[in-house]
Amino acid sequence: MENTAVDLSAIERVEAARTAHITGAAKPAKVVAKGVDVYYGAKHALMGVNVDIPDRGVMAFIGPSGCGKSTFLRCINRMNDTISSCRVTGNITIDGQDIYDPALDVVQLRARVGMVFQKPNPFPKSIYDNVAYGPRIHGLAANKAELDEIVQKSLEKAALWGEVKDRLADSGTGLSGGQQQRLCIARAIAVSPDVILMDEPCSALDPIATAKVETLIDELRSNYCIIIVTHSMQQAARVSQRTAFFHLGTLVEEGATQTIFTNPVDQRTQDYITGRFG
Amino acid sequence: MTDTLASPNSAPQRRQLKADAAAALLKRRYASERLFKVLGLGALLLTASFLVILLTNIVTKSIPAFSEHVVNLDVVIDPKVVDPEGKRDSATLLAADYASLTRAAIMSAIPGIEGRNPRRALTSLLSSGAADDLRERVVADPSIIGTTIKMPLLFSDDVDLYLKGSSSVTSQENGSSDLTASDVKGDITLTGAEGTFAKLVAQLESENAEVSPETGARLLTPLLPSRLIEINGGLVKLASVTPTTATGTTLIPLTSSGVAKAGSWQLDTYAQPESRRKSSDQDIAFIETLRDKGAIERNFNWRFFTSGDSREAELAGIRGALVGTAWTLLVTLIICLPIGVLAAIYLEEFAPKNKLTDIIEVNINNLAAVPSIVFGLLGLSVFLNFFGLPRSAPLVGGLVLALLVLPTIIIASRAAIKAVPPSIREAAIGLGASHQQAVFHHVLPLAMPGIMTGTIIGMAHALGETAPLLMIGMIAFIVDVPDTMTDAATVLPVQIFLWSDLPEAAFQQRTAAAIVVLLGFLFLMNGAAIWLRNKFERRW
Amino acid sequence: MTVVYFSALALLTVTAYFLASSHSAAVSARGQRLHSLPAYHGLLAVSLVIAPMLILWVIGTPLISNLALSNALNLFPTDVQTDSLKSGTALRDVQSFAAGQRSGEASDVLRSAADTYSTWMTTGTYALLAAGIAAALLGIGTSLRLVSPTFRARTHFERFVRIILIACAGVAVLTTIGIVASVLTETLRFFFDPNIKGRPGVLDFLFGTEWNPQQAMRADQGDIKSAYGFLPLLTGTLLITFIAMCLAGPLGLLSAIYLAEYATPQIRRYAKPVLEILAGIPTVVLGFFAALTVAPMIRGYGEAIGLDVASESALAAGLVMGMMIIPFISSLSDDVINAVPQSLRDGAYALGATKSEAIKQVVLPAALPGVVSAFMLAISRAIGETMIVVMAAGLAAKLTLNPLDAVTTITVQIKTILVGDQEFDSAKTLAAFALGFVLFFVTLVLNIIALRIVRKYREQYD
Repeated sequence: MENTAVDLSAIERVEAARTAHITGAAKPAKVVAKGVDVYYGAKHALMGVNVDIPDRGVMAFIGPSGCGKSTFLRCINRMNDTISSCRVTGNITIDGQDIYDPALDVVQLRARVGMVFQKPNPFPKSIYDNVAYGPRIHGLAANKAELDEIVQKSLEKAALWGEVKDRLADSGTGLSGGQQQRLCIARAIAVSPDVILMDEPCSALDPIATAKVETLIDELRSNYCIIIVTHSMQQAARVSQRTAFFHLGTLVEEGATQTIFTNPVDQRTQDYITGRFG
Repeated sequence: MTDTLASPNSAPQRRQLKADAAAALLKRRYASERLFKVLGLGALLLTASFLVILLTNIVTKSIPAFSEHVVNLDVVIDPKVVDPEGKRDSATLLAADYASLTRAAIMSAIPGIEGRNPRRALTSLLSSGAADDLRERVVADPSIIGTTIKMPLLFSDDVDLYLKGSSSVTSQENGSSDLTASDVKGDITLTGAEGTFAKLVAQLESENAEVSPETGARLLTPLLPSRLIEINGGLVKLASVTPTTATGTTLIPLTSSGVAKAGSWQLDTYAQPESRRKSSDQDIAFIETLRDKGAIERNFNWRFFTSGDSREAELAGIRGALVGTAWTLLVTLIICLPIGVLAAIYLEEFAPKNKLTDIIEVNINNLAAVPSIVFGLLGLSVFLNFFGLPRSAPLVGGLVLALLVLPTIIIASRAAIKAVPPSIREAAIGLGASHQQAVFHHVLPLAMPGIMTGTIIGMAHALGETAPLLMIGMIAFIVDVPDTMTDAATVLPVQIFLWSDLPEAAFQQRTAAAIVVLLGFLFLMNGAAIWLRNKFERRW
Repeated sequence: MTVVYFSALALLTVTAYFLASSHSAAVSARGQRLHSLPAYHGLLAVSLVIAPMLILWVIGTPLISNLALSNALNLFPTDVQTDSLKSGTALRDVQSFAAGQRSGEASDVLRSAADTYSTWMTTGTYALLAAGIAAALLGIGTSLRLVSPTFRARTHFERFVRIILIACAGVAVLTTIGIVASVLTETLRFFFDPNIKGRPGVLDFLFGTEWNPQQAMRADQGDIKSAYGFLPLLTGTLLITFIAMCLAGPLGLLSAIYLAEYATPQIRRYAKPVLEILAGIPTVVLGFFAALTVAPMIRGYGEAIGLDVASESALAAGLVMGMMIIPFISSLSDDVINAVPQSLRDGAYALGATKSEAIKQVVLPAALPGVVSAFMLAISRAIGETMIVVMAAGLAAKLTLNPLDAVTTITVQIKTILVGDQEFDSAKTLAAFALGFVLFFVTLVLNIIALRIVRKYREQYD
């Protein structure tokens, strides 16, 4: 019952968003990047990226390998900080707040910006502990009952509850690949982030698991700002409303997904989506 | 193969020759191939055989040390000796002269021994530990004072060795004619018919025994095999022999003088001359008498594990060394495990990649190869001389060993931490965990089996280490079992070193036995490390 | 007193944790979302208690004891105060008397000095305890005052943890500094301190051909030049190392080649543990084996063919040392050979080389730097090995290259000089440190070169 309700509202929202994009009357963007450059040591990996990412929708980053799309994604929750040689300049804001502000605690930023990785990486702990870890370190639950509730809600939202509710104490690594990835999504949702970053979340999954994860993404977009990096143009077309094409460290073109795939402005985008390179 | 390759147009003669040469070459090449392989296998087998020889050699040497001989005797616990005033307080009981009781017990086991030297020979068969055992027993249960108890009394190490060795009686023959003893004790003369000792005299002649200028008798010196005659329930050690008479000293008094029929007396020969034995003929006579009475018993040597070091080989045990080792390793573990793991975490997870970190890394690798004796010098000059910590103490030993195995633990821990896939860190960090939270909540628990394996191997290394401990004075002769980590103590490897230097054969056996115990612990630890590695080894 | 201090420390730590965490929990219960979890406020408070108390203790304890001793010493006559030997004895007396371990009569000076000492010690320790508790309370107060929604307790606590981590990594460096400092200063004193009687010149040490420190002890008027000649120790060490390498080099390398190239997994499964066990045998055990089994055996064989063999021959010690080193060489070489890329072997096989030809002509030349460094590490290990030579080699320094003679080594001499009572002012004791310095220096150079070669080699094939 609940699921259908979500679905319905999701469809409404999608339609609303789509109309909004097409009409160009976008609501204020969630994530705004201005002139972002990234260097790995001497290597200039990302050059002058400007992009506005709207709330409650899916934005896909596409482009050939090494084009900088993952690098940019990792700028949004400052995962690049963990690489010592990496240097980021420019300005990225979430809800108008500069995330590279020295006064901002990066740990709290990451609580607001969840991330799902290329390979499912559940902790080698129980399913319950996997989901509960985030709420625990952020002090989101005052007691066990609240924590149980968060875990259940998150697993339900990740469409995994039905499959694992009887074995929450089992190890998260014992699940199938697709289940593991949905567990990772549940884990990310559990800290109630505003933005969810997904770095090629289906590249390690088989087609059936991929379909499930894609359905899940579609359901989630009504509540979250989702940014997904993908290698598969079909996937970008299926799940996203807006698409950005990266090439050789620059953002070449960004727009509504339909426009990018049917009527790109730039020749390089045209070449890429028609399979001339990449 | 060469045939098929050769062109059919070339001269057959030449082709044949080439083929021969090629075949010969190939044969040579294969021969050298086989030789090389055999060399490699031989090297491996030779190495393995070194290990086998080493272990067999030590285990064989150690076996006698795991048992001890006692003599079960009736001990009269004389109240006059133990507690003349009847106070029964522990100070009196502890101070009493129990050695006189054990001496009395063994004297009564072989009655009739007279003369200072034989009596002393008899009483000194017992170890001083026999009296200590008796004291312990009386103090534990004073009600036995005034009674006679049967208790096992420990032999001295020489007796023990004699009993563990093959018996010295190498031949025994029955007398062929009647023999008359002149007396029952002291120096006596044995007279038989003409030719009773003819064979013995001939033997002595071939052994170049001296001839007495007065009597013309052959003289038996301690450099020659000993000859003894068992007659009338006694034992006579021969000093000079003519074909008809023999004179000698009674080692065990005879029950009667007079004639012993042919066949009722024996001539014993101990092939090893007395001067080359630890046990004199007199000792052997007493021991064999006790053995014939069935009083001697061989027991498992628990004392070896329950007592400290001693100057008496039969009393020396490894308990003090074991406890000292435990204290030392405890200090080592407490210091080097946290420091090693935290240092590894810093270097692997947090350290910026710069010159300083490089220096620390190179430094750790080099420290791992510094000779252990140099760490001893460090301990001597820094811990003892500069900080004034006590000499010979497990505390200092533990500190030195901690510094010694620290590089091992750091290197192993770093490898274990490195083996945890970065995706786990990323997952935690992506959820908003700080880097430290990611490390302490996720990476460290996953690296723990690897760290424990490395730690056990490091501790095994520390367990076998000797040289640096010599430098800080853990080499003193210490009887007491240490109670704290600042008491003077020794450790098992040093105990081995100390005993190996002592000339007594019994100590050599004990050294080997202590080595067996040490190796046992090492195998246990390494086995635990291997088990841990196999059980928790995770393939990512 | 130490017990009281640390009990206070433990008690205050627990108090600090509960006060700070419950206070911050109360703040957050009022509806203000805190930056950090209450547990981190607690942990920060704990670190604010432990750090000052430990630092105070580490600084305070020796300070108090020094103060008490110097005040006690002031009561003694000036000749005692100025003579370091006498004052040391006096202070030991004071301490044992104050501790009540000394029964029997005592002089008035000693009595009053002991009183002064006790007074100072008591006052000092109480002051230290008071200061420690005050510092801890200050820490707790600070941490409570700091609790606020914006205060980043976790960040601050993590900074504290980071300092601890750095300190732990620093221990390894400190160890090296400690080794260098202690060995080097004593060595410099040995050569240059004018107060040391009977010290040799540097050249006498390096090129002298006679080593006889016991002699030098007995008569410092004797010929110093002949007392501390390092050469016989050097030749002895090198002779034993050479014998060891003659055994271990070929055996270790050949078995490594066999294990890496020929052995079936089955053989590897059994051979590896054998080598590991051999590597794990404590050297004191090998020394026992050398002294009691190998040396008499060699002597027996030698006499059987009419050779004059010393009972502590270099050959016995060297052979057993070789046994110790075989697994070392073989495991290092095994790694090195395995690191040679398969493509090189394939290239040789494709040209029709047999396996041994591929090994001898391609794999070994490629692995040569690694093998060389393995040998260097093995040599450094042999030079620094102590127990085998202490138990199986001799004591007399003899300048000879005859393996059947008894020779002595650097490590044996260090052990011989330093075991037993030492005075830090005698040339003999310092000589041991000079030997230790030579040992440390030589092995360090060998290791650095070897590790550098290995690193270069790894980079080449990674």
